[in-house]
Amino acid sequence: MLAHLPILQVIVPLLAAPFCLILRRALLVWLFALIVSGSAFLISITLLQQVLASGTISYDLGGWSPPWGIEYRIDKLSAYLLLIISAISTVVLLAARISIQKEIPADRHTLFYILYLLSLAGMLGIIATGDIFNVFVFLEISSLSAYSLIALGKDRRALWASYQYLIMGTIGATFILISIGLMYQMTGTLNMEDLSRRLPEVAQTRTLFAAFAFFIVGVCLKLAMFPLHLWLPNAYSYAPSIVTAFLAATATKVAIYLLIRFTFSVFGISFSFTALPLQTIFLLLGLLGIFVASTAAIYQENVKHLFAYSSIAQIGYMIVGYSIGTTTGLMATLLHLFNHALMKSALFLALGAVIYRIGSAQLSAFQGLGRQMPFTMAAIVVGGLSLIGVPLTVGFVSKWYLILATIENGWWPVAVLILLGSLLAIVYVWRIVETAYFKEPAASIGQVKEAPLAFLVPVWVLVAANIYFGIDTRLSIQVAQAASQSLFGVAP
Amino acid sequence: MSLSLESMLQLCIILPLLTTAGIVATGRHPNLREGVTITASLVILYFVINLYNGLNQGESISVQWWQLLPGLQLSFTIEPLGMIFALIASFLWLITTVYSIGYMRSHKEKNQTRFYAFFAIAIGSVMGIAFAGNLFTLFIFYEVLTLSTYPLVTHAGTEKAKKGGRIYLGILLSTSIVFFLLAIVSTWFVAGTLDFKPGGVFGPMVNTAVAGVILVLFIFGIGKAAIMPFHRWLPAAMVAPTPVSALLHAVAVVKAGVFTVLKVCVFIFGIDLLRILPTTQALLYLAGATVLIASLVAMRQDNLKARLAYSTVSQLGYVTIGALLASSSGVIGSSMHIAMHAFGKITLFFCAGAILVAAHKSKISEMRGLGRQMPITMAAFFIASLSIIGVPPAGGTWSKWFLLVGTLETQQWILMAVLMISSLLNIAYLLPIPFHAFFSGKQPSSGSVAIKEAPLPSLIALCTTTVACVFLFVYPQPLYELATAILEIPEIAHGK
Repeated sequence: MLAHLPILQVIVPLLAAPFCLILRRALLVWLFALIVSGSAFLISITLLQQVLASGTISYDLGGWSPPWGIEYRIDKLSAYLLLIISAISTVVLLAARISIQKEIPADRHTLFYILYLLSLAGMLGIIATGDIFNVFVFLEISSLSAYSLIALGKDRRALWASYQYLIMGTIGATFILISIGLMYQMTGTLNMEDLSRRLPEVAQTRTLFAAFAFFIVGVCLKLAMFPLHLWLPNAYSYAPSIVTAFLAATATKVAIYLLIRFTFSVFGISFSFTALPLQTIFLLLGLLGIFVASTAAIYQENVKHLFAYSSIAQIGYMIVGYSIGTTTGLMATLLHLFNHALMKSALFLALGAVIYRIGSAQLSAFQGLGRQMPFTMAAIVVGGLSLIGVPLTVGFVSKWYLILATIENGWWPVAVLILLGSLLAIVYVWRIVETAYFKEPAASIGQVKEAPLAFLVPVWVLVAANIYFGIDTRLSIQVAQAASQSLFGVAP
Repeated sequence: MSLSLESMLQLCIILPLLTTAGIVATGRHPNLREGVTITASLVILYFVINLYNGLNQGESISVQWWQLLPGLQLSFTIEPLGMIFALIASFLWLITTVYSIGYMRSHKEKNQTRFYAFFAIAIGSVMGIAFAGNLFTLFIFYEVLTLSTYPLVTHAGTEKAKKGGRIYLGILLSTSIVFFLLAIVSTWFVAGTLDFKPGGVFGPMVNTAVAGVILVLFIFGIGKAAIMPFHRWLPAAMVAPTPVSALLHAVAVVKAGVFTVLKVCVFIFGIDLLRILPTTQALLYLAGATVLIASLVAMRQDNLKARLAYSTVSQLGYVTIGALLASSSGVIGSSMHIAMHAFGKITLFFCAGAILVAAHKSKISEMRGLGRQMPITMAAFFIASLSIIGVPPAGGTWSKWFLLVGTLETQQWILMAVLMISSLLNIAYLLPIPFHAFFSGKQPSSGSVAIKEAPLPSLIALCTTTVACVFLFVYPQPLYELATAILEIPEIAHGK
């Protein structure tokens, strides 16, 4: 049983999804989905322990040994990502039942859970597999279910947002597929390990450069790197709250995983960082992303939009960390991956609670909420502080390492720019705080009660995680450091 | 109850947080709630005094908590400079609590539970700053202090409070994130440690240009020290209720700023290195300019609290100058000035609050003749002013004396002139207030004016701090010994 964990990690949610159709009753389906996601979480914990204790796990699917068969390969990086995705998915699901009651028509609840589990399975699959065609398959599974999840949004604009995402996401996936095809053509293999050995032989061919370029553009579309982010704000804003909380914390993280996995483990560091002026391009786009998206966030009147733009800015930080090209830089990126997942899931879930009570995420609707929904608003404040990077929250940890990485590299101006960029976060977070705490509630809304416990518990679990992992950083730092070192080929 | 000194040290930081919980729990019963606050402040004062005795007996008291980031531990150590700060803060917390009871009740402020709760958190973070064993720990509590005082500053919840809070938080968070954090990460990268070490952490081989830049980052980054151009938050914070202005913006927050500056100068750079850094001189002039300009601005303020705020900006400049002078008299003067100014300024703020509560006046031009109605308050105001100016019989005399000696030792003639001129300016903007209160204004037409002072708790509080001002003139010995001990640590440590 233990030996089969890598495939169980993926196959359990994948097979569970159609099984929901049999259950049909909303409560049962919810419980079932929760159990499935929870067991995925437990599996990921076990996998991480195994990887930390005894190194990379290689699993041959169907007993066919690689490179002929499909290999599932769990190293520190993938175990870390599996943990993040399955943990967030589980906590977010806790609030799903009550949240979708108001946002999704009752006859589509089963559909919602099916899509949710499929999306989860797709993401876990991308991370667990060691085969690049498998990556594409799972990418499509997770993306197609994500498009449909977004389209479930109550607002009719959700359809348009989903369509936008569909077009952009499909272009991205196609580019990745083209890249995979070109690589297969040059080497005749789809196994990542095998590819990393064979690609250097053809390193100077134009085909490989084309494959690399197609991959980079494709994956950047998926991870919404500025300026390829245009699909993201609407998709996050009009999707049901639960979907936003889930996708914001996971989808772009998986894309960043892909970027790291392909550039480090498939193309190889020496090729990836010399074929294109990747460092310069990513550094510039990352910084631009931070400033442009944070500024855009300041001017949003819809809080979901605001945090969506903030997500694009946070991706900028991860890209900057990646572009530094050192172990500390990559470590900062990996830490921020973890930390940002915690922040954004907490914030979007708390927003979900607000929407549950007042039916709107407009900033003007937040007037007086500090008094009416004290616990929900307190969660948003703590999440916001974490976003700003205040000490004792997770945001501070990633910022510390990002700054340290830039200074180690002698990039002083970049350090200053990153810090200046994080000031913009104060502005957009404080717009919410001032509206909620200094304005009297709008007369039209009337009496608003605190969110139900079914919401408060998961929200505060995530908020507590924001603080806990800001105080006890052993887990995140140890794993991020080990993963980063092994990717760079430094003995841990 | 016999607690070890180590546990007392930790309780000083933890207890205020527990108090917060207690205050929230007893929020419905004001008497009980204030009882909790007063008990907690008494207990903490008791702990701090015990720690002080322990320090005097030469015990080394330190506590290590867990590592927040690898190599960066939360740790606390007792040393004389931190002791001075902790003594002042814990003593004045008690006094301010007594004062607030009178003030908040007679002013019928809303949300008093929230007020006392955040006040307790703020004090806990002040204790954390005072006892921090490394720069990292200090930074964390520094930020907690900023955030926990924001709800206090914006207590009124009005549009004006919101604006003031915005400036307050904006400047303090921005400077600390952009400059202070960068300075800390740079120090960590260059020196490999953030521990406060006697004689500094940089070692003799450090590139002075780099260290000079880091010093500039520190001085600007510690926005709470209110060096121009990052001083605007202090006047903006005056929208807060008077007890907040009194404790936080005469003692806790601003003193956390200059305390950090001193701590960085003495224990991160070390005064020997500080003296040869290329940027020290320029920063000294900047601090000097802050002292003069803030005094001049203070003269133009008609609102009493605004005048006191600018006066604070100016007095904080003194402490920064003393730290940057990098001489033993400078450090002694600075650390004593932290105490002397705290007692003087808190008295002045208490008086301002008393006048607001009893006579409903906040403008200086309206206070003519007020001395007949509020003789005790105005007398206290007079004595505290003397302390700020630095003339006998008030404590400020000593600190200003040592600061002057410091400028002489280092032959900083311009700064000496700045200190002298500023003292004259202090006279010009402070003393007219009590003089006009007593000697001008309309003479009462018939008989004597009814005496109407502030509520009794407030009056007791402001008398206590006034007495303390005089007491520190007569008996400055313990404070002086602590101040001289700050620089004696390196000599012991290096075995000279």
